[in-house]
Amino acid sequence: MTLKLSDAVKEQDLLAPGHRACLGCAEPTIVRQILHAIEGPVIVASPTGCLEIITTPFPATAWRVPWIHVAFENVASVLSGVETAYRVLRKKGKIADRDITFVAFAGDGATYDIGLQFLSGAMERGHKFVYVCLNNEAYMNTGIQRSSATPLGAWTTTTPVGKGVPGKKHIRKDITGIMVAHNIPYVAQAAPHAWRDLMAKARKAAKADGPSFINVLTPCARGWRYEPGDTMAISRLATETYMWPLFEVEAGKWRLNAMPEKKPVAEWFKSQRRFAHLLWPENKGVLADIQQKIDHDWDVLLKRCG
Amino acid sequence: MSHVAEYVQGEAVALEGDFVVAEAMRQINPDVVAAYPITPQTEIVQKFSEFVANGEVDTEFIAVESEFAAMSATIGAAAAGARAMTATCGAGLALMWEMLWCASGMRIPIVMTVVNRSLSAPLNILTDQTDMMASRDTGWLQIYAENHQEAYDNTLQAVRICSHPDIKIPIMAGLAGFVLGHTLGRVEILPDDVVRKFVGEHHQDHPLLDLAHPVTIGAFDHHDNFFEHKRQQWEAFDNALKIIPEIGEEFGRLTGRYYGHVDPYCLDDADLVIVIIGSGAGALRAAIDEMRADGAKVGMLKLRTFRPFPADAVADALRGKKAIAVMDRVTCFGGEGTPTFAEVCQALFTRNIDTKVVNYIYGVGGRDTVPAEFCQVYADLLHVAETGNTAPVRRYLGLRDF
Repeated sequence: MTLKLSDAVKEQDLLAPGHRACLGCAEPTIVRQILHAIEGPVIVASPTGCLEIITTPFPATAWRVPWIHVAFENVASVLSGVETAYRVLRKKGKIADRDITFVAFAGDGATYDIGLQFLSGAMERGHKFVYVCLNNEAYMNTGIQRSSATPLGAWTTTTPVGKGVPGKKHIRKDITGIMVAHNIPYVAQAAPHAWRDLMAKARKAAKADGPSFINVLTPCARGWRYEPGDTMAISRLATETYMWPLFEVEAGKWRLNAMPEKKPVAEWFKSQRRFAHLLWPENKGVLADIQQKIDHDWDVLLKRCG
Repeated sequence: MSHVAEYVQGEAVALEGDFVVAEAMRQINPDVVAAYPITPQTEIVQKFSEFVANGEVDTEFIAVESEFAAMSATIGAAAAGARAMTATCGAGLALMWEMLWCASGMRIPIVMTVVNRSLSAPLNILTDQTDMMASRDTGWLQIYAENHQEAYDNTLQAVRICSHPDIKIPIMAGLAGFVLGHTLGRVEILPDDVVRKFVGEHHQDHPLLDLAHPVTIGAFDHHDNFFEHKRQQWEAFDNALKIIPEIGEEFGRLTGRYYGHVDPYCLDDADLVIVIIGSGAGALRAAIDEMRADGAKVGMLKLRTFRPFPADAVADALRGKKAIAVMDRVTCFGGEGTPTFAEVCQALFTRNIDTKVVNYIYGVGGRDTVPAEFCQVYADLLHVAETGNTAPVRRYLGLRDF
């Protein structure tokens, strides 16, 4: 079944308006796109993070689906328990005999860093749920501190630009690759400007026979330092500069989903003030190194995708 | 004794303490168990895995990758609407610590067996009650077993206690690692159908899996609601104070084994009393029998419930006594006394009971405590009662001088 916006707009949004996301935040858009794409009932879990605090200040909630939050690091374990309870109660006839899709929406801190063990454990055990990383490349909820998803050279409040220190010194972790190495049925990278691609991936992930993982680039106007109206343009630029390739790995088979004409990474850095220092003359070498790394990663990806 | 015939007769068997708990779990047949093996709890996880593998239970067992995940998955399963159980000890309980608060704050009824173990460092896998005592304020109910039978009985009652509609607080049921967990003991195992009837069908209010009534579980609270929600937890503990003995009474009518918060032994005419929790009560009973044979007016007050602390029951039991020793098998630093000592003193002082109380630390890190050492405590109490001198308040029993 093809995904049409004209169909999606007829359905009720499962994330209600009135939440407290910042202007320009990509998270509600991505959540709505994914929940529209998944057919049948959905139950959502979130760790502590931006999405959790913008949607559930007691006694209000923006969720029109069952939703649970416990803590920052353990959403994969919590959802393991929920999904297991569902299977056993369904088998015992204590709940309705119908398919439910379980979805985790977690930030990059909860996914790449503090929650990595719990994510890995749940994936290895084969719990059937869709794990979506809303990757805004830093701890935005606590005020823009670096995570292991933060790209090399980015300014954050814990990787400040100092004398001779051009932002973050370490390359970001390849969590998507780590998920592929778990041999789960479906892994993908996506971005919200490519909405049809993202929704198709969400639908595939929900239908996978086992755990699935989608790493979604989630532009953050506050943390990345750009104008709130530019969120989708920034998302597009990430793929055009090959900073964020769109691909999927289905049962071990890699597939590239978009091959735009390559723009230099400097275009990406120009678009956000978190990278402003990388355009300074003294950081020319850093810029060149980053471009080289991106080109190398792209070549590796092309080879994987055959 | 015409009533005796009405009690359900269990089958008397000899089992290791861990297997006793696993057997109780088999009979309870929970929906989900998520656990991680750790000495000396491991046998529970192994045995229960066998029950699952052999189809002796309907349970889904989640072999998680850590205790933190064990508690997280147990919370998820219970919030979803399942009857969920787990077991751990020592370092595993310590690793769960953040999740203990989440389970209780979210009012998730969970039964967790804790096979009590000391806390590192230095590494020590043997028993004391530091693990549960250090979790004292996490919002969990706490009951302790003296012997194998109590470990069994407590596990069954814990299911009823934590899921009672006026409580809805998770519960830790403690038993001593190795001393009970790895030793054979006599235990009467009830018929399966009797257990199933006693624990009843699980009911969870507002389960996450109820698609017709979508709920948001785990919303965040700030200054405007947090305090009021916490007050409900305090009230639930107050309710538990009343309900735990009611369930113990019901269990007693079924089995002949009645349970309350406290278990007095030779207390009525005793001038001197030793207060204790857990398996140490077994050795203390033997010591009291010996001392009583020699005419000593000494008694024991065993605490079964530590959270909620049964202050009224403790004060009533200790009113009029000349001197009291409060034993704690715990390492806990910086306060003058240990947790149970502080609670007992508070119960006495706030009820205007003027007596002499001293504190003993014993058995930590698996150190054995023998009846002769309890006789020494009695001798010390005689001196305290005669002189009125309680110094030093904190004392060590069975500690070797280097």
